[in-house]
Amino acid sequence: MALVNEKGPSLAQRVNRRLRYYSPTIAVALGVIILWEVIVLLFNIQQFLLPKPSAIFSEFMLQVNLWLRPGESSILFEAAGATFWEAFGGFVIGCGSGVLMALITSRWTIISEATMPFAIAANSVPIIAFAPIMNNWFGITNPASKMAIVAIIVFFPTMINTVRGLTLVDAGQLELMHSYAAKPARIMFSLRIPNALPFIFSALRVASALSLIGAVVAEFFGGPRATLGVYITQEAGAFDFAKAWTAILMASLIGIGFYLAVLVLERRLMPWHASFREVG
Amino acid sequence: MSAEQGVVIAANGINKIFNPGTDEEVIALQDINLDVRGGEFISLVGPSGCGKSTLMRLVGDLLQPTSGDLLVNGKSPQDARLDRDYGMVFQAATLYDWRSVTKNVQLPLEVMGYAKAERQKRAGEMLEMVELEAFAEHYPWQLSGGMQQRVSIARALAFDPSILLMDEPFGALDEFTRERMNLELLRIWEQTGKTVVFVTHSISEAIFLSNRIVVMSPRPGRITKIVRNDLPYPRDFKTRSDPAYHNLVSEVRELLRDAVGSGAPGSVQAPSRPHEE
Repeated sequence: MALVNEKGPSLAQRVNRRLRYYSPTIAVALGVIILWEVIVLLFNIQQFLLPKPSAIFSEFMLQVNLWLRPGESSILFEAAGATFWEAFGGFVIGCGSGVLMALITSRWTIISEATMPFAIAANSVPIIAFAPIMNNWFGITNPASKMAIVAIIVFFPTMINTVRGLTLVDAGQLELMHSYAAKPARIMFSLRIPNALPFIFSALRVASALSLIGAVVAEFFGGPRATLGVYITQEAGAFDFAKAWTAILMASLIGIGFYLAVLVLERRLMPWHASFREVG
Repeated sequence: MSAEQGVVIAANGINKIFNPGTDEEVIALQDINLDVRGGEFISLVGPSGCGKSTLMRLVGDLLQPTSGDLLVNGKSPQDARLDRDYGMVFQAATLYDWRSVTKNVQLPLEVMGYAKAERQKRAGEMLEMVELEAFAEHYPWQLSGGMQQRVSIARALAFDPSILLMDEPFGALDEFTRERMNLELLRIWEQTGKTVVFVTHSISEAIFLSNRIVVMSPRPGRITKIVRNDLPYPRDFKTRSDPAYHNLVSEVRELLRDAVGSGAPGSVQAPSRPHEE
Protein backbone atom coordinates (compact mmCIF):
# COMPACT_ATOMS: atom_id res chain seq x y z
CA MET A 1 0.00 0.00 0.00
CA ALA A 2 1.63 3.21 -1.19
CA LEU A 3 0.54 5.45 1.61
CA VAL A 4 2.06 8.78 2.47
CA ASN A 5 3.22 9.43 5.99
CA GLU A 6 0.36 11.40 7.55
CA LYS A 7 2.58 13.86 9.43
CA GLY A 8 5.33 14.25 6.83
CA PRO A 9 8.94 15.18 7.50
CA SER A 10 9.81 18.00 9.91
CA LEU A 11 10.84 21.45 8.67
CA ALA A 12 14.51 20.83 9.52
CA GLN A 13 14.42 17.55 7.59
CA ARG A 14 12.81 19.25 4.62
CA VAL A 15 15.34 22.08 4.53
CA ASN A 16 18.14 19.58 4.87
CA ARG A 17 16.76 17.48 2.01
CA ARG A 18 16.33 20.56 -0.18
CA LEU A 19 19.90 21.66 0.48
CA ARG A 20 21.26 18.25 -0.40
CA TYR A 21 19.07 18.20 -3.52
CA TYR A 22 20.23 21.60 -4.77
CA SER A 23 23.86 21.54 -3.61
CA PRO A 24 25.24 20.06 -6.88
CA THR A 25 23.44 22.80 -8.86
CA ILE A 26 24.85 25.54 -6.61
CA ALA A 27 28.32 24.01 -6.84
CA VAL A 28 28.19 23.99 -10.65
CA ALA A 29 27.02 27.64 -10.76
CA LEU A 30 29.81 28.79 -8.41
CA GLY A 31 32.35 26.70 -10.33
CA VAL A 32 31.42 28.30 -13.66
CA ILE A 33 31.63 31.83 -12.23
CA ILE A 34 35.05 31.19 -10.64
CA LEU A 35 36.33 29.55 -13.83
CA TRP A 36 35.10 32.56 -15.84
CA GLU A 37 36.90 34.99 -13.52
CA VAL A 38 40.13 32.95 -13.62
CA ILE A 39 40.10 32.62 -17.42
CA VAL A 40 39.57 36.36 -17.94
CA LEU A 41 42.48 37.14 -15.56
CA LEU A 42 44.76 34.40 -16.88
CA PHE A 43 44.39 35.19 -20.57
CA ASN A 44 44.08 38.92 -19.97
CA ILE A 45 40.80 39.12 -21.95
CA GLN A 46 39.73 42.71 -22.71
CA GLN A 47 36.57 43.91 -20.94
CA PHE A 48 34.81 44.68 -24.26
CA LEU A 49 35.14 41.02 -25.21
CA LEU A 50 34.22 39.50 -21.87
CA PRO A 51 34.08 41.39 -18.56
CA LYS A 52 34.95 39.64 -15.30
CA PRO A 53 31.99 38.40 -13.25
CA SER A 54 33.27 40.53 -10.38
CA ALA A 55 33.12 43.64 -12.59
CA ILE A 56 29.55 42.83 -13.67
CA PHE A 57 28.59 42.20 -10.08
CA SER A 58 30.05 45.47 -8.76
CA GLU A 59 28.30 47.41 -11.57
CA PHE A 60 25.10 45.62 -10.61
CA MET A 61 25.50 46.55 -6.93
CA LEU A 62 26.17 50.17 -7.96
CA GLN A 63 22.79 50.20 -9.73
CA VAL A 64 21.12 48.58 -6.72
CA ASN A 65 22.54 51.36 -4.52
CA LEU A 66 21.33 54.05 -6.90
CA TRP A 67 17.93 52.44 -6.98
CA LEU A 68 17.62 52.22 -3.20
CA ARG A 69 18.94 55.74 -2.47
CA PRO A 70 16.18 58.33 -2.16
CA GLY A 71 16.37 61.11 -4.75
CA GLU A 72 18.52 58.99 -7.10
CA SER A 73 17.31 56.76 -9.88
CA SER A 74 18.73 53.72 -11.62
CA ILE A 75 18.06 53.53 -15.32
CA LEU A 76 18.76 49.78 -15.16
CA PHE A 77 15.96 49.19 -12.69
CA GLU A 78 13.65 51.52 -14.60
CA ALA A 79 14.41 49.51 -17.74
CA ALA A 80 13.82 46.23 -15.92
CA GLY A 81 10.42 47.42 -14.74
CA ALA A 82 9.38 48.59 -18.20
CA THR A 83 10.50 45.38 -19.90
CA PHE A 84 8.84 43.26 -17.23
CA TRP A 85 5.50 44.97 -17.80
CA GLU A 86 5.77 44.51 -21.56
CA ALA A 87 6.51 40.82 -21.09
CA PHE A 88 3.87 40.34 -18.42
CA GLY A 89 1.16 42.24 -20.32
CA GLY A 90 1.88 40.28 -23.49
CA PHE A 91 1.92 37.03 -21.49
CA VAL A 92 -1.49 37.70 -19.95
CA ILE A 93 -3.09 38.82 -23.21
CA GLY A 94 -1.51 36.06 -25.33
CA CYS A 95 -2.01 33.16 -22.94
CA GLY A 96 -5.48 34.33 -21.93
CA SER A 97 -6.70 34.52 -25.50
CA GLY A 98 -4.90 31.24 -26.33
CA VAL A 99 -6.81 29.37 -23.62
CA LEU A 100 -10.04 31.12 -24.60
CA MET A 101 -9.62 30.26 -28.28
CA ALA A 102 -8.91 26.64 -27.36
CA LEU A 103 -12.07 26.45 -25.24
CA ILE A 104 -14.15 27.86 -28.09
CA THR A 105 -12.65 25.76 -30.87
CA SER A 106 -12.58 22.47 -28.95
CA ARG A 107 -16.29 22.80 -28.24
CA TRP A 108 -16.87 22.16 -31.92
CA THR A 109 -14.60 19.46 -33.31
CA ILE A 110 -14.99 20.79 -36.85
CA ILE A 111 -13.60 24.21 -35.93
CA SER A 112 -10.64 22.84 -33.99
CA GLU A 113 -9.80 20.41 -36.79
CA ALA A 114 -9.95 23.27 -39.29
CA THR A 115 -7.88 25.71 -37.22
CA MET A 116 -5.27 23.46 -35.61
CA PRO A 117 -3.07 23.05 -38.74
CA PHE A 118 -2.90 26.84 -39.05
CA ALA A 119 -2.06 27.24 -35.37
CA ILE A 120 0.72 24.65 -35.65
CA ALA A 121 2.04 26.33 -38.82
CA ALA A 122 1.88 29.78 -37.21
CA ASN A 123 3.75 28.41 -34.20
CA SER A 124 6.81 27.75 -36.38
CA VAL A 125 6.82 31.26 -37.90
CA PRO A 126 9.51 33.57 -36.39
CA ILE A 127 7.01 36.05 -34.95
CA ILE A 128 9.84 38.36 -33.83
CA ALA A 129 10.26 39.32 -37.49
CA PHE A 130 7.03 41.29 -37.12
CA ALA A 131 8.60 43.60 -34.52
CA PRO A 132 9.26 46.50 -36.97
CA ILE A 133 5.68 46.17 -38.25
CA MET A 134 4.32 46.38 -34.70
CA ASN A 135 6.53 49.44 -34.07
CA ASN A 136 4.84 50.97 -37.09
CA TRP A 137 1.33 50.04 -35.93
CA PHE A 138 1.50 51.01 -32.28
CA GLY A 139 4.41 53.49 -32.19
CA ILE A 140 8.03 52.70 -31.43
CA THR A 141 7.96 53.99 -27.82
CA ASN A 142 4.53 52.59 -27.03
CA PRO A 143 4.81 49.46 -24.83
CA ALA A 144 1.82 48.05 -26.75
CA SER A 145 4.12 47.36 -29.74
CA LYS A 146 6.25 45.00 -27.60
CA MET A 147 3.23 43.52 -25.81
CA ALA A 148 1.71 42.68 -29.18
CA ILE A 149 4.81 40.74 -30.22
CA VAL A 150 4.91 38.86 -26.92
CA ALA A 151 1.18 38.12 -27.07
CA ILE A 152 1.44 36.65 -30.57
CA ILE A 153 4.51 34.58 -29.65
CA VAL A 154 2.84 32.96 -26.60
CA PHE A 155 -0.64 32.66 -28.12
CA PHE A 156 0.00 29.70 -30.41
CA PRO A 157 1.80 27.28 -28.06
CA THR A 158 -0.80 28.01 -25.37
CA MET A 159 -3.71 27.42 -27.71
CA ILE A 160 -2.24 24.23 -29.20
CA ASN A 161 -1.44 22.71 -25.80
CA THR A 162 -4.82 23.62 -24.36
CA VAL A 163 -6.68 22.04 -27.28
CA ARG A 164 -4.59 18.88 -26.75
CA GLY A 165 -5.44 18.80 -23.06
CA LEU A 166 -9.14 19.32 -23.72
CA THR A 167 -9.33 16.59 -26.34
CA LEU A 168 -6.86 13.94 -25.07
CA VAL A 169 -9.27 12.67 -22.42
CA ASP A 170 -9.23 9.08 -21.16
CA ALA A 171 -11.92 7.07 -22.97
CA GLY A 172 -13.07 5.35 -19.75
CA GLN A 173 -13.51 8.67 -17.97
CA LEU A 174 -15.62 9.92 -20.88
CA GLU A 175 -17.73 6.74 -20.87
CA LEU A 176 -18.32 7.23 -17.18
CA MET A 177 -19.73 10.71 -17.86
CA HIS A 178 -21.81 9.20 -20.67
CA SER A 179 -23.22 6.63 -18.23
CA TYR A 180 -24.24 9.48 -15.89
CA ALA A 181 -26.06 11.10 -18.84
CA ALA A 182 -23.90 14.21 -18.28
CA LYS A 183 -24.45 17.29 -20.45
CA PRO A 184 -21.57 18.62 -22.61
CA ALA A 185 -21.09 21.67 -20.38
CA ARG A 186 -20.69 19.42 -17.34
CA ILE A 187 -18.17 17.23 -19.18
CA MET A 188 -16.27 20.40 -20.10
CA PHE A 189 -16.04 21.73 -16.54
CA SER A 190 -15.71 18.49 -14.59
CA LEU A 191 -13.51 16.51 -16.96
CA ARG A 192 -12.00 18.33 -19.93
CA ILE A 193 -10.76 21.49 -18.21
CA PRO A 194 -9.16 19.73 -15.19
CA ASN A 195 -7.65 17.25 -17.64
CA ALA A 196 -6.19 20.16 -19.64
CA LEU A 197 -4.59 21.92 -16.63
CA PRO A 198 -1.24 20.08 -16.81
CA PHE A 199 -1.10 20.80 -20.55
CA ILE A 200 -1.94 24.48 -19.99
CA PHE A 201 0.72 24.86 -17.32
CA SER A 202 3.43 23.25 -19.41
CA ALA A 203 2.51 25.84 -22.08
CA LEU A 204 2.58 28.67 -19.53
CA ARG A 205 6.05 27.63 -18.35
CA VAL A 206 7.36 27.81 -21.92
CA ALA A 207 5.43 31.05 -22.48
CA SER A 208 6.94 32.70 -19.38
CA ALA A 209 10.42 32.28 -20.85
CA LEU A 210 9.28 33.16 -24.38
CA SER A 211 7.58 36.36 -23.23
CA LEU A 212 10.77 37.83 -21.78
CA ILE A 213 12.83 36.81 -24.82
CA GLY A 214 10.14 38.32 -27.06
CA ALA A 215 10.09 41.61 -25.16
CA VAL A 216 13.90 42.07 -25.06
CA VAL A 217 14.44 41.11 -28.69
CA ALA A 218 11.53 43.31 -29.82
CA GLU A 219 13.26 46.20 -28.02
CA PHE A 220 16.39 45.61 -30.11
CA PHE A 221 14.30 46.99 -32.98
CA GLY A 222 13.82 50.24 -31.09
CA GLY A 223 11.98 51.54 -28.06
CA PRO A 224 12.25 53.97 -25.15
CA ARG A 225 15.71 54.40 -23.52
CA ALA A 226 14.58 52.79 -20.27
CA THR A 227 14.01 49.24 -21.53
CA LEU A 228 16.45 46.34 -21.23
CA GLY A 229 16.76 45.68 -24.97
CA VAL A 230 17.58 49.30 -25.79
CA TYR A 231 19.88 49.56 -22.74
CA ILE A 232 21.86 46.52 -23.89
CA THR A 233 22.26 47.76 -27.49
CA GLN A 234 23.23 51.30 -26.38
CA GLU A 235 25.73 50.27 -23.70
CA ALA A 236 27.27 47.70 -26.01
CA GLY A 237 27.48 50.35 -28.71
CA ALA A 238 29.29 52.63 -26.22
CA PHE A 239 31.71 49.78 -25.34
CA ASP A 240 30.49 49.76 -21.72
CA PHE A 241 30.17 46.01 -21.61
CA ALA A 242 29.93 45.64 -17.86
CA LYS A 243 26.72 47.69 -18.07
CA ALA A 244 25.40 45.66 -21.00
CA TRP A 245 26.08 42.50 -19.02
CA THR A 246 24.26 43.80 -15.94
CA ALA A 247 21.19 44.26 -18.14
CA ILE A 248 21.58 40.71 -19.40
CA LEU A 249 21.87 39.55 -15.78
CA MET A 250 18.74 41.54 -14.96
CA ALA A 251 16.81 39.98 -17.85
CA SER A 252 17.90 36.52 -16.66
CA LEU A 253 16.75 37.22 -13.11
CA ILE A 254 13.35 38.43 -14.30
CA GLY A 255 13.01 35.41 -16.58
CA ILE A 256 13.82 32.97 -13.78
CA GLY A 257 11.50 34.81 -11.38
CA PHE A 258 8.70 34.71 -13.92
CA TYR A 259 9.18 30.99 -14.47
CA LEU A 260 9.20 30.29 -10.73
CA ALA A 261 6.01 32.31 -10.27
CA VAL A 262 4.26 30.13 -12.85
CA LEU A 263 5.62 27.04 -11.09
CA VAL A 264 4.24 28.20 -7.73
CA LEU A 265 0.84 28.89 -9.28
CA GLU A 266 0.91 25.44 -10.86
CA ARG A 267 1.57 23.74 -7.52
CA ARG A 268 -1.22 25.73 -5.96
CA LEU A 269 -3.76 24.79 -8.60
CA MET A 270 -2.79 21.17 -9.16
CA PRO A 271 -1.39 19.75 -5.92
CA TRP A 272 -2.55 16.34 -7.13
CA HIS A 273 -0.32 16.24 -10.17
CA ALA A 274 2.23 13.43 -10.56
CA SER A 275 5.21 15.72 -11.06
CA PHE A 276 4.89 17.13 -7.53
CA ARG A 277 4.74 13.88 -5.62
CA GLU A 278 7.50 13.69 -3.05
CA VAL A 279 9.56 10.55 -3.40
CA GLY A 280 10.84 8.59 -0.42
CA MET B 1 -29.72 -15.82 -1.98
CA SER B 2 -31.35 -12.54 -2.89
CA ALA B 3 -34.95 -12.66 -4.00
CA GLU B 4 -35.23 -12.95 -7.77
CA GLN B 5 -37.53 -10.46 -9.42
CA GLY B 6 -38.67 -10.18 -13.01
CA VAL B 7 -36.44 -9.99 -16.07
CA VAL B 8 -34.42 -6.74 -16.06
CA ILE B 9 -32.23 -7.38 -19.11
CA ALA B 10 -33.82 -9.08 -22.10
CA ALA B 11 -31.69 -9.71 -25.19
CA ASN B 12 -33.32 -11.33 -28.21
CA GLY B 13 -31.45 -12.19 -31.40
CA ILE B 14 -28.73 -9.60 -30.87
CA ASN B 15 -26.13 -9.19 -33.62
CA LYS B 16 -23.24 -6.78 -33.55
CA ILE B 17 -21.07 -6.27 -36.62
CA PHE B 18 -18.15 -3.84 -36.56
CA ASN B 19 -17.26 -2.01 -39.81
CA PRO B 20 -20.03 -3.70 -41.80
CA GLY B 21 -19.48 -3.91 -45.54
CA THR B 22 -15.73 -3.22 -45.36
CA ASP B 23 -12.60 -5.38 -45.42
CA GLU B 24 -12.35 -5.02 -41.67
CA GLU B 25 -15.84 -6.40 -41.05
CA VAL B 26 -15.97 -8.33 -37.77
CA ILE B 27 -18.97 -10.22 -36.48
CA ALA B 28 -18.56 -9.47 -32.80
CA LEU B 29 -21.81 -11.03 -31.63
CA GLN B 30 -24.17 -13.43 -33.37
CA ASP B 31 -27.70 -14.29 -32.31
CA ILE B 32 -27.39 -13.54 -28.59
CA ASN B 33 -30.39 -14.53 -26.47
CA LEU B 34 -30.15 -13.84 -22.77
CA ASP B 35 -32.50 -12.96 -19.93
CA VAL B 36 -31.08 -11.55 -16.71
CA ARG B 37 -33.34 -11.48 -13.67
CA GLY B 38 -33.44 -8.74 -11.07
CA GLY B 39 -30.93 -9.23 -8.28
CA GLU B 40 -29.03 -11.85 -10.25
CA PHE B 41 -25.22 -12.01 -10.38
CA ILE B 42 -24.34 -13.07 -13.90
CA SER B 43 -20.86 -13.48 -15.39
CA LEU B 44 -19.83 -13.35 -19.03
CA VAL B 45 -16.76 -15.53 -19.50
CA GLY B 46 -14.75 -16.49 -22.56
CA PRO B 47 -11.47 -15.99 -24.41
CA SER B 48 -10.56 -12.63 -25.89
CA GLY B 49 -12.56 -11.84 -28.98
CA CYS B 50 -15.66 -13.71 -27.80
CA GLY B 51 -17.60 -10.45 -27.49
CA LYS B 52 -18.20 -10.54 -23.73
CA SER B 53 -17.19 -6.90 -23.28
CA THR B 54 -19.12 -5.93 -26.40
CA LEU B 55 -22.26 -7.52 -24.98
CA MET B 56 -21.84 -5.63 -21.71
CA ARG B 57 -21.29 -2.41 -23.61
CA LEU B 58 -24.46 -2.98 -25.64
CA VAL B 59 -26.42 -3.37 -22.41
CA GLY B 60 -24.84 -0.17 -21.04
CA ASP B 61 -25.58 1.83 -24.22
CA LEU B 62 -21.88 2.42 -24.86
CA LEU B 63 -22.45 0.62 -28.20
CA GLN B 64 -25.58 0.00 -30.28
CA PRO B 65 -26.54 -3.43 -31.66
CA THR B 66 -26.61 -3.92 -35.43
CA SER B 67 -29.86 -5.85 -35.10
CA GLY B 68 -31.99 -7.57 -32.49
CA ASP B 69 -34.05 -6.47 -29.51
CA LEU B 70 -32.50 -5.35 -26.27
CA LEU B 71 -34.62 -4.16 -23.35
CA VAL B 72 -33.36 -3.00 -19.96
CA ASN B 73 -35.93 -2.48 -17.22
CA GLY B 74 -38.49 -2.61 -20.05
CA LYS B 75 -36.83 0.33 -21.84
CA SER B 76 -34.24 0.80 -24.57
CA PRO B 77 -30.66 0.81 -23.22
CA GLN B 78 -30.50 4.51 -24.09
CA ASP B 79 -33.54 5.35 -22.00
CA ALA B 80 -32.17 3.20 -19.19
CA ARG B 81 -28.92 5.14 -19.34
CA LEU B 82 -30.73 8.49 -19.37
CA ASP B 83 -32.70 7.25 -16.33
CA ARG B 84 -29.34 6.48 -14.68
CA ASP B 85 -30.02 2.79 -14.26
CA TYR B 86 -26.35 1.80 -14.69
CA GLY B 87 -23.36 1.89 -12.40
CA MET B 88 -20.19 1.07 -14.34
CA VAL B 89 -16.83 -0.27 -13.21
CA PHE B 90 -14.02 -0.77 -15.71
CA GLN B 91 -10.73 -2.66 -15.57
CA ALA B 92 -8.93 0.63 -14.95
CA ALA B 93 -10.31 2.40 -11.89
CA THR B 94 -10.72 5.57 -14.05
CA LEU B 95 -10.68 7.80 -10.98
CA TYR B 96 -10.26 11.51 -11.61
CA ASP B 97 -6.71 12.30 -10.44
CA TRP B 98 -7.61 15.84 -9.40
CA ARG B 99 -10.36 14.74 -7.04
CA SER B 100 -9.95 13.31 -3.56
CA VAL B 101 -11.47 9.90 -2.85
CA THR B 102 -14.69 11.35 -1.43
CA LYS B 103 -14.96 13.83 -4.31
CA ASN B 104 -14.58 10.97 -6.78
CA VAL B 105 -17.44 9.11 -5.13
CA GLN B 106 -19.50 12.31 -5.22
CA LEU B 107 -18.85 12.89 -8.95
CA PRO B 108 -22.00 11.14 -10.26
CA LEU B 109 -24.04 12.84 -7.53
CA GLU B 110 -22.72 16.25 -8.61
CA VAL B 111 -23.57 15.50 -12.23
CA MET B 112 -27.05 14.42 -11.18
CA GLY B 113 -27.64 17.55 -9.13
CA TYR B 114 -27.79 16.15 -5.59
CA ALA B 115 -27.55 18.71 -2.77
CA LYS B 116 -24.19 18.99 -1.04
CA ALA B 117 -25.31 17.53 2.30
CA GLU B 118 -26.85 14.52 0.54
CA ARG B 119 -23.70 14.03 -1.53
CA GLN B 120 -21.50 13.98 1.54
CA LYS B 121 -23.83 11.65 3.40
CA ARG B 122 -23.97 9.15 0.55
CA ALA B 123 -20.24 9.29 -0.13
CA GLY B 124 -19.65 8.59 3.55
CA GLU B 125 -21.97 5.58 3.46
CA MET B 126 -20.41 4.22 0.28
CA LEU B 127 -16.86 4.59 1.58
CA GLU B 128 -17.90 2.85 4.77
CA MET B 129 -19.30 0.02 2.67
CA VAL B 130 -16.00 -0.47 0.84
CA GLU B 131 -14.14 0.12 4.12
CA LEU B 132 -12.24 3.16 2.95
CA GLU B 133 -13.78 5.85 5.16
CA ALA B 134 -10.33 6.59 6.60
CA PHE B 135 -9.08 7.51 3.12
CA ALA B 136 -11.81 9.97 2.15
CA GLU B 137 -9.43 12.92 1.80
CA HIS B 138 -6.62 11.00 0.08
CA TYR B 139 -5.93 11.37 -3.62
CA PRO B 140 -6.11 8.38 -6.01
CA TRP B 141 -2.32 8.15 -6.48
CA GLN B 142 -1.96 7.56 -2.74
CA LEU B 143 -4.00 4.34 -2.93
CA SER B 144 -3.07 0.83 -4.04
CA GLY B 145 -4.71 -0.69 -7.13
CA GLY B 146 -7.20 -2.68 -5.06
CA MET B 147 -8.18 0.35 -3.02
CA GLN B 148 -8.64 2.43 -6.17
CA GLN B 149 -10.95 -0.23 -7.57
CA ARG B 150 -12.99 -0.20 -4.34
CA VAL B 151 -13.39 3.57 -4.72
CA SER B 152 -14.55 2.95 -8.27
CA ILE B 153 -17.19 0.49 -6.97
CA ALA B 154 -18.30 2.97 -4.31
CA ARG B 155 -18.65 5.61 -7.02
CA ALA B 156 -20.69 3.27 -9.23
CA LEU B 157 -23.12 2.55 -6.38
CA ALA B 158 -23.33 6.10 -4.99
CA PHE B 159 -26.42 7.06 -6.99
CA ASP B 160 -28.15 3.72 -6.32
CA PRO B 161 -28.44 2.42 -9.91
CA SER B 162 -30.41 -0.80 -10.33
CA ILE B 163 -27.78 -2.51 -12.50
CA LEU B 164 -24.04 -2.79 -11.93
CA LEU B 165 -21.98 -3.39 -15.09
CA MET B 166 -18.45 -4.55 -14.37
CA ASP B 167 -15.90 -5.03 -17.17
CA GLU B 168 -13.00 -7.15 -15.83
CA PRO B 169 -12.86 -4.95 -12.73
CA PHE B 170 -10.19 -7.05 -10.98
CA GLY B 171 -8.24 -8.05 -14.10
CA ALA B 172 -5.30 -5.80 -13.25
CA LEU B 173 -4.99 -6.94 -9.63
CA ASP B 174 -2.77 -9.65 -8.19
CA GLU B 175 -4.30 -13.00 -7.22
CA PHE B 176 -4.50 -12.34 -3.46
CA THR B 177 -6.07 -8.92 -3.85
CA ARG B 178 -8.44 -10.30 -6.44
CA GLU B 179 -9.74 -13.02 -4.10
CA ARG B 180 -10.26 -10.49 -1.33
CA MET B 181 -12.08 -8.20 -3.75
CA ASN B 182 -14.31 -11.09 -4.84
CA LEU B 183 -15.41 -11.66 -1.24
CA GLU B 184 -15.98 -7.98 -0.75
CA LEU B 185 -18.00 -7.67 -3.96
CA LEU B 186 -20.24 -10.58 -2.90
CA ARG B 187 -20.82 -8.92 0.46
CA ILE B 188 -21.77 -5.64 -1.24
CA TRP B 189 -24.02 -7.46 -3.71
CA GLU B 190 -25.87 -9.29 -0.93
CA GLN B 191 -26.15 -6.03 1.00
CA THR B 192 -27.53 -3.99 -1.92
CA GLY B 193 -29.43 -6.58 -4.00
CA LYS B 194 -28.21 -5.08 -7.29
CA THR B 195 -28.32 -6.92 -10.58
CA VAL B 196 -24.69 -7.47 -11.57
CA VAL B 197 -23.33 -8.20 -15.05
CA PHE B 198 -19.70 -9.17 -14.59
CA VAL B 199 -17.23 -9.65 -17.45
CA THR B 200 -14.13 -11.74 -16.73
CA HIS B 201 -11.69 -14.13 -18.37
CA SER B 202 -11.15 -15.96 -15.09
CA ILE B 203 -13.21 -19.15 -14.85
CA SER B 204 -12.77 -19.53 -11.09
CA GLU B 205 -13.73 -15.93 -10.44
CA ALA B 206 -16.87 -16.25 -12.58
CA ILE B 207 -17.99 -19.40 -10.77
CA PHE B 208 -17.16 -18.16 -7.30
CA LEU B 209 -19.25 -15.02 -7.79
CA SER B 210 -22.21 -15.86 -9.99
CA ASN B 211 -25.67 -17.38 -10.01
CA ARG B 212 -25.19 -18.08 -13.69
CA ILE B 213 -22.15 -18.15 -15.95
CA VAL B 214 -22.59 -17.26 -19.61
CA VAL B 215 -19.87 -19.17 -21.48
CA MET B 216 -19.01 -17.48 -24.79
CA SER B 217 -16.91 -18.48 -27.80
CA PRO B 218 -15.15 -16.32 -30.40
CA ARG B 219 -15.38 -15.75 -34.16
CA PRO B 220 -18.22 -15.02 -34.26
CA GLY B 221 -19.04 -14.21 -30.63
CA ARG B 222 -21.78 -16.54 -29.46
CA ILE B 223 -23.17 -17.97 -26.26
CA THR B 224 -21.99 -21.58 -25.96
CA LYS B 225 -23.91 -22.41 -22.82
CA ILE B 226 -25.34 -20.81 -19.73
CA VAL B 227 -24.18 -22.71 -16.63
CA ARG B 228 -26.18 -22.50 -13.38
CA ASN B 229 -24.32 -22.33 -10.10
CA ASP B 230 -26.59 -23.23 -7.19
CA LEU B 231 -23.86 -23.20 -4.54
CA PRO B 232 -25.39 -21.36 -1.59
CA TYR B 233 -24.53 -17.82 -0.55
CA PRO B 234 -22.84 -16.43 1.44
CA ARG B 235 -19.82 -17.95 -0.24
CA ASP B 236 -16.39 -17.76 1.33
CA PHE B 237 -12.94 -19.36 1.06
CA LYS B 238 -14.47 -22.77 1.91
CA THR B 239 -16.57 -22.55 -1.26
CA ARG B 240 -13.38 -22.86 -3.28
CA SER B 241 -12.69 -26.30 -1.80
CA ASP B 242 -16.25 -27.59 -2.34
CA PRO B 243 -16.30 -30.51 -4.86
CA ALA B 244 -19.35 -28.96 -6.54
CA TYR B 245 -17.29 -25.81 -7.16
CA HIS B 246 -14.54 -27.87 -8.76
CA ASN B 247 -17.02 -29.74 -10.94
CA LEU B 248 -18.32 -26.41 -12.22
CA VAL B 249 -14.80 -25.16 -12.92
CA SER B 250 -14.10 -28.34 -14.93
CA GLU B 251 -17.38 -28.06 -16.79
CA VAL B 252 -16.77 -24.46 -17.83
CA ARG B 253 -13.16 -25.20 -18.74
CA GLU B 254 -14.33 -28.07 -20.99
CA LEU B 255 -16.90 -25.81 -22.64
CA LEU B 256 -14.29 -23.15 -23.32
CA ARG B 257 -11.83 -25.70 -24.70
CA ASP B 258 -14.46 -26.98 -27.12
CA ALA B 259 -15.36 -23.41 -28.06
CA VAL B 260 -11.83 -22.37 -28.90
CA GLY B 261 -11.08 -25.53 -30.86
CA SER B 262 -8.23 -27.94 -30.16
CA GLY B 263 -7.40 -26.21 -26.90
CA ALA B 264 -3.84 -25.37 -27.97
CA PRO B 265 -2.92 -21.90 -26.74
CA GLY B 266 -2.11 -20.63 -30.23
CA SER B 267 -5.49 -21.56 -31.65
CA VAL B 268 -7.14 -18.67 -29.81
CA GLN B 269 -5.44 -16.23 -32.14
CA ALA B 270 -5.68 -18.31 -35.33
CA PRO B 271 -8.40 -17.15 -37.72
CA SER B 272 -10.78 -20.07 -38.22
CA ARG B 273 -14.19 -20.63 -39.72
CA PRO B 274 -16.87 -20.94 -37.09
CA HIS B 275 -17.97 -24.56 -36.86
CA GLU B 276 -21.57 -25.39 -36.06
CA GLU B 277 -22.28 -27.52 -33.04
